[in-house]
Amino acid sequence: MTPESLTPPSPVAPVLRLDRITKTFPGVKALNEVELALYPGQVTALVGENGAGKSTLVKILTGIYQPDGGAITVDGTPVRFRAAQDAADHGITAIHQETVLFDDLSVAENIFLGHAPKSRFGLIDTSAQRHMAAEILRGIGAEIDPDARLRDLGIASKHLVAISRALSIDARVVIMDEPTAALSHKEIHELYDLVEQLKAQGKAILFISHKFDEIFRIADRYTVFRDGQFVAEGRIDEITEGDLVKMMVGRSVDQIFPKRAPQIGETVLQVTGYDHPTEFEDINFTLNKGEILGFYGLVGAGRSEFMQALFGITKPSKGVTKIDGKIRVIRSPAEAVNAGIVYVPEDRGQQGAIRPMPIFQNVTLPSLARTSRNGFIRLAEEFALAREFTQRLDLRAASLDTPVGNLSGGNQQKVVIAKWLATQPKVIILDEPTKGIDIGSKAAVHDFMAELAAQGLAVIMVSSEIPEVLGMSDRVIVMREGRIAAELEGDDLTPETLVRHAAGIAEA
Amino acid sequence: MKQLLSSRELILSAAIVVMLGLIATRFPGFVAPGNLADVFNDTSPLIILAIGQMIVILTKCIDLSVAANLALTGMVCAMINVAAPGVPVAVIVFVAIALGALLGAFNGILVWKLDIPPIVVTLGTMTIYRGIIFLISDGKWVNSHEMSDAFKAFPRAEALGLPMLSWLAILMVVIFFVLMTRTTLGRAFYAVGGNPHAAVYTGINVGKSQFWAFVFSGALAGLTGYLWVSRYAVAYVDIALGFELDVVAACVIGGIAISGGIGSVGGAVLGALFLGVIKNALPVINVSPFWQMAISGSAIIIAIAVNTRAGRTKGRIILKKAEHAS
Repeated sequence: MTPESLTPPSPVAPVLRLDRITKTFPGVKALNEVELALYPGQVTALVGENGAGKSTLVKILTGIYQPDGGAITVDGTPVRFRAAQDAADHGITAIHQETVLFDDLSVAENIFLGHAPKSRFGLIDTSAQRHMAAEILRGIGAEIDPDARLRDLGIASKHLVAISRALSIDARVVIMDEPTAALSHKEIHELYDLVEQLKAQGKAILFISHKFDEIFRIADRYTVFRDGQFVAEGRIDEITEGDLVKMMVGRSVDQIFPKRAPQIGETVLQVTGYDHPTEFEDINFTLNKGEILGFYGLVGAGRSEFMQALFGITKPSKGVTKIDGKIRVIRSPAEAVNAGIVYVPEDRGQQGAIRPMPIFQNVTLPSLARTSRNGFIRLAEEFALAREFTQRLDLRAASLDTPVGNLSGGNQQKVVIAKWLATQPKVIILDEPTKGIDIGSKAAVHDFMAELAAQGLAVIMVSSEIPEVLGMSDRVIVMREGRIAAELEGDDLTPETLVRHAAGIAEA
Repeated sequence: MKQLLSSRELILSAAIVVMLGLIATRFPGFVAPGNLADVFNDTSPLIILAIGQMIVILTKCIDLSVAANLALTGMVCAMINVAAPGVPVAVIVFVAIALGALLGAFNGILVWKLDIPPIVVTLGTMTIYRGIIFLISDGKWVNSHEMSDAFKAFPRAEALGLPMLSWLAILMVVIFFVLMTRTTLGRAFYAVGGNPHAAVYTGINVGKSQFWAFVFSGALAGLTGYLWVSRYAVAYVDIALGFELDVVAACVIGGIAISGGIGSVGGAVLGALFLGVIKNALPVINVSPFWQMAISGSAIIIAIAVNTRAGRTKGRIILKKAEHAS
């Protein structure tokens, strides 16, 4: 092991160093021999696309996951984190995207939970606890009552409590995982001040963010991951935004997408003026027969929220949906299915099949109106419909009476797809269709998507994976902060343009 | 599922037969056809209530207010009969079902529109409904001599060798068997309990389905209310006190999954009969009342243990956990 080879010489030794850390999940190598070094009094930005392995890394650093290979050293001494407490004992603390705190405990209790000052009898010394909490809060300039219940605080104040907690355990490494995601403009600036204070106290900070402006504003160093691999690291003042984007996106991984000769027909779906009070605004687009329309954006850009509104699960405040030129009012999923729109949600495990139900009942569930009269089901028609679509998908099961829960994962997915095709939709929305599945299954899903489009279905694919968006889509809509940031096709479709529009970086 | 359920129902049927066989060795008269018909008749109220409870449990809810609903409806029927003895029994039956359905709908609305957990809603209404009986009756009993003969005679009236009470239970079994297996509403109950998230995406209104489950449960409780009061010829605040637990127990024994989505009318009926046989047989073969309760309780726990084991073997993971992908 030669730690010196990792980075250009730095004036100070790193507090924490990860060396060739590997973490494998069934079917996926989440981290492959990645490197990371954090220095006292410096902010290191960890940059990477969705799926680059950032969250896995944070979980390893905080002792929630154990790496399969590689070494972690703190102050040059090798350590192993078997549980979250081990990481905390080494002074590593994380402030998460959604702060992990306890709503019904007081601010002071939250700050000292797990390491509360004890009285002589081994009981929690509440007055000392309150005192110490007040001191820490004052130290970061937070005007929060230590006795307040956390539930009553705003998100920004909760962040301050989380930071106070980090300070209370005398943390030397503070991990901030997208800390500004839920903050207002003013609160973000207060957070910057805090980061400066932490730096001044000599703490090493790992700052994870998708927002380039804040990375360039507060980071001293950067580390880039891509697809679970370490790409580069260095000083932030030596690179430009453009360099960073290139490193993040890189060459696309060798993934083969089905060759398609899209036969794009007339407009099927026209969406105008979709607005929602908090999630999205002014969404307009059209979708044609035989087309795959990609929806790209960062997590939280409002894509799924918009799709759920289009499908009638949530209510938009305004907006008109036209299908085949006719206005259709969609207030519930049932009306969406009637209008010819189906939505295959991201979490297919939870939202897909009804496991105790037999295969044939699962397949016909959204189409029951067609196989029943006055609410009474015609069993023969129902079976015929189920047989037709399960055969089309080449589903292998002993009997259509088998509960879906007894099938293999792949066959369960076929049941879910058969269910939606049986409704004979015009528009199919696939939300993150390949999230969390292995490469082989991904290829199968991509082939299937191409086939659907070839059969004349209009496909909307919500995806956060750039290769997939580029490889599958005929046209791409990029969303940012609830608005359509760009509509791209042809030569405009490059990894750089997608990232630029999604992150809101001006043309270089 | 059909196969799995029918095998489960087969096991339960076999258990009932074995139990009857054992009882017959000590007391042969128990298995005489006439006595078995009596046992069935005695279990009929439990069968009717268990069917309603089955639908509610299927949708991941629970209805603890059935016995209170029964008592309130029964009291109202008795008071109508006292006030206007000329009102035909058919009208009383209709009023009982309608009032029961209304009380069930109240539970359903609270669960559907206010999103209150069903156990809390029905625990509350259970007390409220009992309280209303107190208010309308001033805590007084309506006794046999105050009721009209027609009112009391109906559940006992025999047709083809069985009393009306038994025939009504059989009729409900048939109606609800068709409802659960052959209608879109029945299918929706299974879908909502089996996977509420998926049900939403297939266009099923989860809350509305749960509402209807409570309405059916209430209607059946209402019907039982009249039958109970007229059969025992007495109505007072505390009739069928605690009976909701027997009803839930019958469902659990009958293989209805407390987590929802699995169950059948056949299972509910067999679960009720299983309890009915135990309750009728133990006193006959001279088991002390203390042991009776312990034995009934053990039967419930054994049934749950068998059900959970059956559920465990068919567990399989749908998708690899996608957690690490981001």
